[in-house]
Amino acid sequence: MKKIFFWMACAVLTVFVAGAGAEEMKVGFVYVSPVGDAGWSYAHDQGRLSVEALDGVSTSFVESVPEGPDSERIIRNMARKGFDLIFATSYGYMDSMAKVAKEFPGTIFMHCSGFKTAQNMGNYFGRMYQARFLAGMTAGAMSRSNTLGYVAAFPIPEVIRGINAFTLGARAVNPEATVRVVWTKTWYDPATEKEAAKSLLDVGADVIAQHQDSPSPQEAAQERGAYSVGYNSDMSAFAPKAHLTASIWNWGPFYVRTVEQVRSGTWESGSWWPGLKEGLVDLAPFGPMVPENLKTLVLERKSRIENGQAPVFSGPIADQKGNLRIAEGETPSDEALLGMTWFVKGVIGSTQ
Amino acid sequence: MTADFFLSLLAATVQSGTPILFATLGEIITERSGVLNLGVEGIMMIGALAGFLVARETGQPATGFFIGGVCGALLASIHGGICLGLQGNQVVSGLALTILGFSLAEYLGTPFIGQTAPGFFAVPVPLLSRIPWVGPVFFRQDLLVYLSYLLPPILWWLLSHTSWGLSLRAVGENPDAAKAAGLSVAGYRWAGIGLGGFFVGLGGAYLSLAYTHLWTNNLSAGRGWIAVALVIFAFWRPMRAVAGAYLFGGVMAFQLRLQAMGTNLPSSLLLMLPYVLTVLVLVLSMRGKKRGEAPAALGINFEPLD
Repeated sequence: MKKIFFWMACAVLTVFVAGAGAEEMKVGFVYVSPVGDAGWSYAHDQGRLSVEALDGVSTSFVESVPEGPDSERIIRNMARKGFDLIFATSYGYMDSMAKVAKEFPGTIFMHCSGFKTAQNMGNYFGRMYQARFLAGMTAGAMSRSNTLGYVAAFPIPEVIRGINAFTLGARAVNPEATVRVVWTKTWYDPATEKEAAKSLLDVGADVIAQHQDSPSPQEAAQERGAYSVGYNSDMSAFAPKAHLTASIWNWGPFYVRTVEQVRSGTWESGSWWPGLKEGLVDLAPFGPMVPENLKTLVLERKSRIENGQAPVFSGPIADQKGNLRIAEGETPSDEALLGMTWFVKGVIGSTQ
Repeated sequence: MTADFFLSLLAATVQSGTPILFATLGEIITERSGVLNLGVEGIMMIGALAGFLVARETGQPATGFFIGGVCGALLASIHGGICLGLQGNQVVSGLALTILGFSLAEYLGTPFIGQTAPGFFAVPVPLLSRIPWVGPVFFRQDLLVYLSYLLPPILWWLLSHTSWGLSLRAVGENPDAAKAAGLSVAGYRWAGIGLGGFFVGLGGAYLSLAYTHLWTNNLSAGRGWIAVALVIFAFWRPMRAVAGAYLFGGVMAFQLRLQAMGTNLPSSLLLMLPYVLTVLVLVLSMRGKKRGEAPAALGINFEPLD
């Protein structure tokens, strides 16, 4: 049934194609959700606008593209229309994009959050866990009940890594802090996500963090007089009294750099995983309730993450049962981080 | 598990159950007139969008809520036109209405995704909200929840104790006899579809105006289908619909709280609970002797002889 809705939605949505001149570079973006959601796709579209501002570059996007066969059709369509560079911004587009990349060797393809590469296809993502660690520090220090609530999306490594980093950050400033996790198995379902946040507030959480795109957990926190930590973009507009800060994406500089590389012919396939240092992920401005000394503490740690002195995951780190998973003085490889499926000590909840 | 935990769980139960209750009551009225309308999900989406947009433009949530119901009735009247005017298949028309309502709301609503509108917030009732147990659960809710307390008894009285209600039920049970008695079958069925669509639309508007205060696609997320199932569970009786809606709302609220408390049950299992309950409820209600409770002419078109 859902498929039918998506097909109809696709038929309704139109690809915006600017009347581009022959020498103008055309850059396409494929989004999994609508851009107006203050969430994941919104953040990517802000990046697209930076590209659009460049001279001699025109961009267009297709939103709400379901993962799977539909995305293949959309990506192929863009390639056929002569786009020089195409960004696909959801994990589930990976196989479709790899397939189309083979058919159009003259087009450059960039896939977000996956792992496949080809001669003309690269992948990229951001070390959001670094920003989540800082958000966790803020949340842990602001909590009175020492219970933090985390409205979690799906139990996949990306989300688990974020919860772990958040927990490590919280416990770095508040060793008593625990993080309770509720899975909604949704990316964008405001009603369920709000209810999940409320259920965490009911068990004593006084700071709510989230991984989904909807701002409704923020709203739930504000209604109960609790604090919240946003995600994707600055969500303070939705809960000005609750919003401590947010871990946010800043795709613009990365997209602009990629476009420049492709235009000058210096682009080479690869995998990019930039973080705080490159400015791809960041912390939103602090709310007025965050005290100055805490801001200083968090920003000081930020600069030490940026210069590599204090990585987020550095041993000793134990899992929920207390078994040592990362030994003293060790830092896990990127592969280990990308495949993380266990919770650190201090998280209350199941990874299933 | 403390008393506070139970109270907050029960309060959340009432709130999650309310949109389903509105929709179930609406569908009961429609089905009592002998018309099966499977478009509940689509009508809820249109009600949610219309309510949201009007509240956003006018700044008046109450107007938005009412218009949500009116637009629900308008969408339902398409079903009336097909089934009563053209003698079309009720199942097919209803399913088409679900897809139409869903897609239309998605198309018209996409520019507003993530935006907020003024809505309803909890208003404790003086005195009543201080009653231990009952107060925190039932009387610290928003105005629309209080409205939903009044509806089931009113509808019960309307269906069981007025001649209009008797006529509506007669049309749903035996349209030929009703016609012979001089009743306008099409008239009562139009009323059933319109009034039913109005309440379903209110259920949708509750979602955008009181439950989330913001717009997004697929806000109803299957609640309309649950309402269709609950009509059977309720044996087409308004008062029993309350039990069904709160039972379902309770299970939805409970599974999230179970996770928040830190149980180690897989979350996939817990998320399945509300739907397991739906199936269970249907099986149990069908096993009883109440099979004959459905309006006898439900889903069958009445073709008037000229």
